[in-house]
Amino acid sequence: MGMFEAILLTVATAATPLLIAAMGELVVERSGVLNLGVEGMMIMGAVAGFGVAQLTGSAWLGMFAAILAGAAFSLLFGFLTLTLVTNQVATGLALTLLGLGASAMIGESFVGLPGVRMQSLNIPVLTDLPVVGKFLFGQDPIFYMSILLTIGVTWFLFRTRAGLTLRAVGDNHTSAHALGVRVIRVRYLAVMFGGACAGLAGAQLSLVYVPQWVENMTSGRGWIALALVVFASWRPWRILAGAYLFGAVTIGQLHAQALGIGIPSQFMSSLPYLATIIVLVLISRNKRLTLMNTPTSLGKPFVPDR
Amino acid sequence: MKKLLMALSMAASFAVAGAAHAEDKLKVGFIYIGPPGDFGWTYQHDQGRKEMERALGDKVETTFLESVPEGADAERSIERLARAGNKLIFTTSFGYMDATIKVAQKFPNVKFEHATGYKTADNVAVYNSRFYEGRYVQGVIAAKLSKVGVAGYIGSFPIPEVVQGINSFMLGAQSVNPNFKVKVIWANAWFDPGKEADAAKALVDQGVDIITQHTDSTAPMQVAAERKIKAFGQASDMIKFGPETQLTAIVDNWGPYYIERAKAVIDGTWKTHNVFHGMHENLVVMAPYTNMPDDVKKLAEETQAKITSGALKPFTGPVKKQDGSEWLKAGETADDKTILGMNFYVAGVDDKLPK
Amino acid sequence: MRVELVRRQQHSALFSALSPFIALFLTLIAGAILFALLGKNPVSALYSYFVEPLTEIWSWHELLVKAAPLILIAVGLSVCFLSNNWNIGAEGQLIMGGIAGSILPVVFPDFQGWYVLPMMLLLGMAGGMAYATIPAFLKVRFNTNEILTSLMLVYVAQLFLDWIVRGPWRNPQGFNFPETVQFNSSAILPEIWASSGRAHWGFVLAIVAALLVWFMLSRTLNGFEIKVLGRSARAGRFAGFSAGRLTFFAFLVSGALAGLAGIAEVSGAVGQLRTTISPGYGFTAIIVAFLGRLNPLGIVAAGLVLALSYLGGEAAQVSLGISEKSARIFQGIILFFVLASDTLIYYRIRFVTRHSDAAAKGA
Repeated sequence: MGMFEAILLTVATAATPLLIAAMGELVVERSGVLNLGVEGMMIMGAVAGFGVAQLTGSAWLGMFAAILAGAAFSLLFGFLTLTLVTNQVATGLALTLLGLGASAMIGESFVGLPGVRMQSLNIPVLTDLPVVGKFLFGQDPIFYMSILLTIGVTWFLFRTRAGLTLRAVGDNHTSAHALGVRVIRVRYLAVMFGGACAGLAGAQLSLVYVPQWVENMTSGRGWIALALVVFASWRPWRILAGAYLFGAVTIGQLHAQALGIGIPSQFMSSLPYLATIIVLVLISRNKRLTLMNTPTSLGKPFVPDR
Repeated sequence: MKKLLMALSMAASFAVAGAAHAEDKLKVGFIYIGPPGDFGWTYQHDQGRKEMERALGDKVETTFLESVPEGADAERSIERLARAGNKLIFTTSFGYMDATIKVAQKFPNVKFEHATGYKTADNVAVYNSRFYEGRYVQGVIAAKLSKVGVAGYIGSFPIPEVVQGINSFMLGAQSVNPNFKVKVIWANAWFDPGKEADAAKALVDQGVDIITQHTDSTAPMQVAAERKIKAFGQASDMIKFGPETQLTAIVDNWGPYYIERAKAVIDGTWKTHNVFHGMHENLVVMAPYTNMPDDVKKLAEETQAKITSGALKPFTGPVKKQDGSEWLKAGETADDKTILGMNFYVAGVDDKLPK
Repeated sequence: MRVELVRRQQHSALFSALSPFIALFLTLIAGAILFALLGKNPVSALYSYFVEPLTEIWSWHELLVKAAPLILIAVGLSVCFLSNNWNIGAEGQLIMGGIAGSILPVVFPDFQGWYVLPMMLLLGMAGGMAYATIPAFLKVRFNTNEILTSLMLVYVAQLFLDWIVRGPWRNPQGFNFPETVQFNSSAILPEIWASSGRAHWGFVLAIVAALLVWFMLSRTLNGFEIKVLGRSARAGRFAGFSAGRLTFFAFLVSGALAGLAGIAEVSGAVGQLRTTISPGYGFTAIIVAFLGRLNPLGIVAAGLVLALSYLGGEAAQVSLGISEKSARIFQGIILFFVLASDTLIYYRIRFVTRHSDAAAKGA
């Protein structure tokens, strides 16, 4: 395995959780809801995935548990913001704070245990192809899911009736409601989908990335996923590009260190965060582009008048 | 409401009764920087605590506070243990140094033991470990086994303890292969499996075929196992995380020291000191040598025996610093003060020490 | 059956006052259930959490030490949140304040005198302010989402602190360990009542800040402007208020107070700069701000409650062996209950059974 191929694989592993979580949040935001709790849902997924895999010995069961945990946790957000009409920003923050705390407590007995690793694909001949073999045919199942998810969300949003309804709700919930769309129900489903995706992204961290549990192991990835949605101006394929870009920055700074360049490691470690800020500025300074793509009802509460 | 008040006062009186009952025992407190389940630094301190409980039976009673952040919270946590009647308190991370000294001034009758620091007082002793002796043995093994002649080294923070390790590893390796190279990546964390795994992957991708770590999680061991290369464990025996991967591990064996010091308090012979123990005192122990040919194993065991007996000191001249200047003349050995404040690399390390 | 919200004609004054207490009460019940699930006696667990820390004088001091930064930051955040500026990077502003305030004692340790401490506090505020200006500027100039930028800057600040303490500002006599020199005595924020504990003047600063901001919000035009623009940007524009200017103002106030919290923590509670100076005060303060209903005086009370949860977590760990992480669950749950009970202020809750639903439709 050459160095380039090896780095490509490492980048893919770093990009996959960002991609999945951001894709989920994209659907949520397209429905007009801003859920800042991605980090919290992600870490609940990570702890649930690790714990169930540990109990059952099956990484797959762990993954399903993570998806369920993420979706269930997102319902808490849904109930508050959609049924009780609380402030979405504050409630999302609350979800993140609670998720980080609750997962730390749940996972206390998991610290230091060797986890169950999700096995990578191995197809004779294909996996051994030079250069692309490992990348295309030798990765873990969640990597393939992330790609399928990108295709699926694109198809759903722009090629199906349900996708059209979801976008209509996000763009103008009042007229969607007038047309007989059940706005709150659509949003509940979108929020749960976002939660499920965040949970899956968490499972990738605790079952593939590093099969271990440690508190705060998401270390800001949920927030970077949120930034990616803005970066991608709510387009699925741009999220894919963005996620790989950030994966490359994260991994690249480590290689720069190993090559022995003399820049303090703290500056290198802050690169992904600085890059996020710079990219956000570049995207948002183009007001026309942002306004055109932002779901108009994003973050606005909806109470049906009867 | 009345019931609640009653229950509350009962709970309070239980707490008081508990305190009275324990009076004849020596209460020993521990402050941990991480969770006892980290299988690294804190895990080994907790093993030492348990060993003390086993050895001294009902003469001691132990309490610990885990995951105590260094800084303002440390002072309160230490004070809480002192107020709870602990007469001997171990603070097991460097960053607790000043907090330990401050609390010790308020509680002159309580004995404090601070790990890896340098400030002592009448009731504050300092204990430290020559982990670097184990690193030397690892260096010898790495140079024997590495096909490419390069090892990857995951560092936590560039403090003397870690720099000692890198230099000692390098000198051990150079004793076998003078052209041996070490690549260093700083994870900037003691315990962060994600960052440590990233660092390990980057090192493997750069072509190293042996990994050693001075961080506490088992993640690098797992990465090495997955990539089918060899690695050294840190702080505790990590063999179950890499049954076919771990060559050996440096194991921090705190138990005997903790037992000795608790006994000293019970006997009334406790005195402050500043000790720097190593293989000779059985504080640094090597996990079984595995996954290596017999001749390498034999060489490793011989090296360990020589260090234990004092015949071999890792920092013995001739040694040049990284910039080519002379550090130790032939036959000269480094004094403890230089070792404890080490802030330079020896020749051959492929990294710039962060300033 | 389903739940339906009916908008109130007027905000309920009753629930405005009650909602924090409802939230606290619900949190206690949730806590009791949590402890019961963990197999602990809920009464003694709640006792050691919320009463035991208040039974000794030294512990009261510790309560004030913990509450000071929470109140300072949350008071600043209330200005931000009221005006719809979502600054969640107070943790980073606190760190930068701690660093800027430490310039004098670390770089110029021979510069001593009574005037050092006030200068340090001012520098700390300036440091927090300067750092808060970044997301404010990006929001006003480029329309960049301040939630994400302010949060990303937290990570950057943490790494910067790590670098400066391990690198240029490392104590040269400290065997290369990552900490600065101990501050000299003229750079230490003194203790209020040193013989009984270590509460320092940071708490007094917090009370003063709360009173000043309360006055500003409730008695000045500036405060009126903040509330109008916060409720409706459109209405504010009609009234001739500038949203951009207000964004800067809100970020500067909260940055300054977070920075002050940082330097007060460094010079009061620790006495030197270290690689970590806050266990997440900047984030917990978000909870404090909401529990205090974004009212500076309410925030003082809320800060004490949250500070108590930290101490209680530790007390419960010693006396009952409950994980100290339970404190973080408490803190998370409390925010949920606060937000949920706020709904009662604006809406009446109606439980709609199938029967009454049909009746309503028929009518």
